[in-house]
Amino acid sequence: MSNIVIKERDIVIPGEVLAEGMDYLPGDNTYREQDKIYSKVVGLVSISGRVVKITPLSGPYVPKVGDKIIGKVIDITFSGWRVDTGTAYSAMLNVKEATTRFIKKEENLSEIIAIGEYVVAKIVNVTSQNLIDLTMREPGLYNIAGGRIIKINSQKVPRVIGKQGSMIQLIKENTGCEITVGQNGLVWLKGTPEGELLAEKAIHLIEEKAHTEGLTERMQKFLTEQKSKVNN
Amino acid sequence: MVYKKRLDGRAIDELRPMEAKAGVIPNAAGSAYFKIGKTMCYAAVYGPRELFPKFLQNPEKGLLRCHYSMMPFSGSGERIRPGNNRRAQEISMVMTSALEPVVDLTAFPNAVVDIFVDLPQTDAGTRCAAISAAAIALADAGIPMKDMISSVAVGQVDGLVVADLMYDEEAYEGIVSDIPVAVMHNTKEITLLQMDGEISKADLMKALELAAQVTEKVYEVQKKALKEKFTSD
Amino acid sequence: MIVNRNTISELAKQHKRLDGRTLTEYRQPIAISTSISWTAEGSAKVQIGNTVVMAGVKMAIEKPYNDTSEEGGIMVNAELLPLSSAEYESGPPSKKAIELARVIDRGIREAKAINMKKLCIKPGEKAWFVTIDIITINDAGNLFDAAGLAALAALKSAKFPVVDPETWAIDYKAKTDVPLPLIKEPLPVTLYKINGALLVDPTAEEEQAFDARLTIASDEKGTVSALQKGGEEPLTLVEISQMIDIALEKAKFLRNELNKALR
Repeated sequence: MSNIVIKERDIVIPGEVLAEGMDYLPGDNTYREQDKIYSKVVGLVSISGRVVKITPLSGPYVPKVGDKIIGKVIDITFSGWRVDTGTAYSAMLNVKEATTRFIKKEENLSEIIAIGEYVVAKIVNVTSQNLIDLTMREPGLYNIAGGRIIKINSQKVPRVIGKQGSMIQLIKENTGCEITVGQNGLVWLKGTPEGELLAEKAIHLIEEKAHTEGLTERMQKFLTEQKSKVNN
Repeated sequence: MVYKKRLDGRAIDELRPMEAKAGVIPNAAGSAYFKIGKTMCYAAVYGPRELFPKFLQNPEKGLLRCHYSMMPFSGSGERIRPGNNRRAQEISMVMTSALEPVVDLTAFPNAVVDIFVDLPQTDAGTRCAAISAAAIALADAGIPMKDMISSVAVGQVDGLVVADLMYDEEAYEGIVSDIPVAVMHNTKEITLLQMDGEISKADLMKALELAAQVTEKVYEVQKKALKEKFTSD
Repeated sequence: MIVNRNTISELAKQHKRLDGRTLTEYRQPIAISTSISWTAEGSAKVQIGNTVVMAGVKMAIEKPYNDTSEEGGIMVNAELLPLSSAEYESGPPSKKAIELARVIDRGIREAKAINMKKLCIKPGEKAWFVTIDIITINDAGNLFDAAGLAALAALKSAKFPVVDPETWAIDYKAKTDVPLPLIKEPLPVTLYKINGALLVDPTAEEEQAFDARLTIASDEKGTVSALQKGGEEPLTLVEISQMIDIALEKAKFLRNELNKALR
C-alpha cells in the first residue's frame, strides 16, 4: 500500500520519510531505501506526478554545462586565465575562448583581463573531477567594470530570477540597475549607489523568503515602499 | 551509598534542558548553536572547498574534517592554554567518524567540508553536544545527508543507568561509567561509541537501549532548529 | 572573498558607503551581553552589525615578576577562530591575531585601567594574574572595536573566585561578589582612511579596500591611552588629529551603549 506522508511545499530535513511503498519515485535530493523514500537535504517538498523531489533551501553550487556564472580571475598562465568560481573548483578560461577576435601570441594577457577582475562567462565543459572550462565568446559575456558584486546562495538563484525573468525584471525596473545573476550565486549590480543598495536589499529579502508563497507581491510592495522612503 | 536520586533531581531518562538554533554564523555555509544543560557550543561548516595538502584529496568523494576546540575560559577550573591538545584532536577524530556514515560527498571530488566546533562553556557531554551541533550545521549548509545524527552520553553511576551525565555525576565517588553515543535517527544504528569506567555487559546493553530512546529528544530539538528558520514569516 | 575595491574607493570619495551608512555611523544592531560563560570569571559577547566577538576573563594566583614584586598582572590573548571566517585557519596565532591582542592589551595596560597593586596578595609571593581571551564568532569587520568593547565588558562584570585562605586553592565554581579593581575604562575606536575619507566601523570588504588605519584607545576622561597605525599608506598630522577627534566622540557613544547593557 503506497503512502505519501508529506505534502507539497512542506519543509523537511535530511532523513525525513517522504513516501512509503513502491508507487512513488525518488527525485532530486531524495533516495530510496527498501520501500521508503527519504529526503537528503533541508528543503521544500515538490510532487510531480509520481516523482517526489526536494528543492534545497541551501547548498553548494554544482557546476553545469551551459550555466552563466560570474567569477574572479586569480591567475594568468600561458594558456589563459584561472577563474575562482566561489566553489571548491576553479575554472580555466582558455586564450582562444576569451573573445571573438584573434589574440596574438605576444599580447599581454593581463591587459585583456587582469588578475582581480570579475568576468561573466559560460561553462562549456565540466569533467568528472569538476574541473571547469569557460568561454566568453558569446554575446552577453564580458568583463565587469563598476557597480558591485554580491553573493547569494546558489540554490536561491531561480527565485531571484523568477519565472521567465519576471522577478529580476521587477527589481531592475524599480531600482534602475543593470543586473546580471550568475548561476553560482554571484550577482552584479550597476546603477546609482542608492539604486544598487536597494537592489541588494531586495535580493537578500528574496533569499530569506524564498520558501514562501506570494513572493512577487511581497517584493512589489517592498520596492514601492523603499522607493517612496528615498523620495521623501 | 547507592545512587538512587540524581544530583539535580532528574529522572534516569531525562536530559538537561536543550536549546538549539541554526544559521547563527553568517560567514559560514551552515552553522548552529546547541546547548544542553550548561554545555554550550557553536558549530560552523565551511565548504565544500579546495583541500590542501593535495595528498589528502580523494577523486571519488569529498573529505569530511571536524575540528573540535574548547575556548580558554570554558573549562571548569583553570584557564585552558590554547594550542595542541590531544583530547581535542581525539574528539575531532571521533566526531568525524560519527558523522561520516550519513554524509554524502560524492558530488564533491577532491574537495573538503570543514566543520569547526568551539565551546564557550562546558559541563560534561561536550563531544556529544559537538556532534549534535555539527549535524545541524551540516544540514543547514545543504550538505546531502541520508539521515540526522543525534548524540548524548549515557552511563552508569554507582549502579544506576542514566542518560546525559553532568560533570558532578561523571566525578561521582563510586563506580561510574561514561558512554558517549551517537545514533542515526531512522535506523538507530550507532556511529559513536566510547566508554570510560567500569560496567557489566547487562548494564551496558541497558545503557545503549536508553541511548537509542533519549537521542530522539535531541533529534526533536535539532529538527525544530532547522525548520524554525523558515516558519517565521 | 568578494571585495568591490574600486567601487568602495569611489564611493568613499563622495563620502558614501556600499551599505548606505554615513562615514561616522556604526552598524546596527549593537548588542552587548555579559556573563555568557559560567566557567569564566567574567565574560561578554558583543555584536556590531554581523560581527560577533566573545571575551572571557580567567584569574589565577601566581608569583609576581621580580621587577614588580608588589603587583599582579594582565595578559590579553586573541583567537581568530576558523569558525568565524573562511579566511582563518587552525594553528598558531597569525599576525592579525597577535596585533589584535597586543592593541587591546596596550589600551588596557597603558591606561593603567586595572590597579595592579590591588591585585597583590603577598608581595614577592602571591598575586592575581588576569588573562583576557578574545574569541571571534563571526568576523564581518571591525574586530578591534568589538574586541575592545567585549574585553571591557568582561572586565567590568568579572568577579574574583573564592579562595581558601589557608591553602590558597581556588574554587573556580564559586564566585565572590568582589569585582576587579578597574579604575579606568579604555575603549578602542579604529578609523579607516579610504581614498581620503575617514570612516568608522568598516565591513570586512571595506577593511580590504583601505589605505591606512589608526586605532585610538581612550578612557572616559578623553585621555588617549594607545595608538596603532596600520596600512600601506601614510597619514598626515591633520588626518591624525581628525581621527582622534572622531575616535573620542565614538568612544563616548560606545561607552554609553555598554553602560545601557550593564544596567
